[in-house]
Amino acid sequence: MVRTLDIARAQEVAATVVDPELPMLTLADLGVLRAVETADDGGLLVTITPTYSGCPATAAMRDDLVRRLRAEGYDDVRVRIALYPAWTTDWITERGRAALTAAGISAPGPARPAGPTPLTLRPVRRDIACPQCHDTDVEPTSEFGPTACTALYRCRACGEPFEHVKEI
Amino acid sequence: MTDHDLDPDHDSAYAGLLVDDAHWAFGEAAHDDPLEGMDLTVPDGVDAGLLAAYCLMLGDDALVLSHRLSEWCSHAPDLEEDIALANIALDLIGQARLLLNRAAAADPGVVPALPEGSPVPAEDALAFFREDAEFRNVRMAEVPNGDFAETMTRVLLMSTWRLALLERLTGSRDPVLAAVAAKGLKEVAYHRDFAARWFVTLARGTDESRRRLLVALEGLWPLWPELLATHPVERELAAAGVGVDPFDLTAEVDRVLDEVLTAADVERPDLPPLAGVRGRTGRDGLHTEALSRLLAEMQVVARAHPRGRW
Repeated sequence: MVRTLDIARAQEVAATVVDPELPMLTLADLGVLRAVETADDGGLLVTITPTYSGCPATAAMRDDLVRRLRAEGYDDVRVRIALYPAWTTDWITERGRAALTAAGISAPGPARPAGPTPLTLRPVRRDIACPQCHDTDVEPTSEFGPTACTALYRCRACGEPFEHVKEI
Repeated sequence: MTDHDLDPDHDSAYAGLLVDDAHWAFGEAAHDDPLEGMDLTVPDGVDAGLLAAYCLMLGDDALVLSHRLSEWCSHAPDLEEDIALANIALDLIGQARLLLNRAAAADPGVVPALPEGSPVPAEDALAFFREDAEFRNVRMAEVPNGDFAETMTRVLLMSTWRLALLERLTGSRDPVLAAVAAKGLKEVAYHRDFAARWFVTLARGTDESRRRLLVALEGLWPLWPELLATHPVERELAAAGVGVDPFDLTAEVDRVLDEVLTAADVERPDLPPLAGVRGRTGRDGLHTEALSRLLAEMQVVARAHPRGRW
């Protein structure tokens, strides 16, 4: 007889684990925590999806989930990686977007719909505001930032640079 | 660990970081398998050895180009471009890891044998313990870095090709390859735009930037046909509904390149392909000398410590 796990409690615990690079965001609010359920063998099975293929934070996420859940008494925890469906910034929750903005990081707009990828020779136009002064007179300085998921911007009004979580 | 490290009174700048000694950057975390828990069954009617060979082709393209891009670290024209190249290299390393793991799971026979008790995982054994002739990347990935214009041209050509390929690979009968492709194409879309914008900017910039860009394009162009030439492994896997025949990408990549070349006001070069040796090229393991030198640097530490833990 397999002991019945308190899945609701496990889901609560897993939902409080934060992203190692964006610690103002929980994995649940980032949209990478896909499922917390009972495995066929009676253990706890957690499913996460990486943001980018090479995101070095994925291993840390897995370790943090296992450790936190073990500390709460879930001895048999396995973390499974799901590559499909691929993560999209559309999965960042409203609470996650608010947390990003509060931390000075601009939240992503809607991701491009599925279909052939258009070539974009001009800089990407995004309808975003400076997270510091909320002015919309902002310019991209690079589509690549300090983490795989962010682009770099500068606010022309207040002069502050900021990161924008780029749509994917 | 020394007694010094355990001294609770020692005022270490890292003390605050070490609240959690199991954390990934500090200590011996277990190997993280990027395909952990996925169903790695080889689809019906597909030869496992061919699937592994195909994954090595796509994985080695990413791994070798990633290494070349990583050589730019701290050398790019400015900080933004330095970070951009490192980001692109990181995305490609991620794709390479997935594909090398897929290759090892499909056919463990492709993984080099290591000394008894070696903790080196299959993906690292493939990356660090294969000889140059066992690498299956196209030669364009391996040629030595030139100037910034050369790297932008190379990233434009290779990402144009890779994006077209990944879009088709999302329909693969192998669900693992389909998932790797669906994820990777979102990343490569950013790489292609980045390189295409720089290509146009350099072409329409100063006389010197245009001169350098044209030299770069003419230098790389003889290596371009190799990307579109169908290797028997690609033909068989395309027929099985698992892989993509690169020849079928010709119209799509020509359309994209023409759009960039037109915006840049640059003519498509008219140069013959770089010959292979008796028809053998990168996909057959026939490489330029540059790959041997690249691997010597990339592999030296791992090979010196085949039982090492990191």
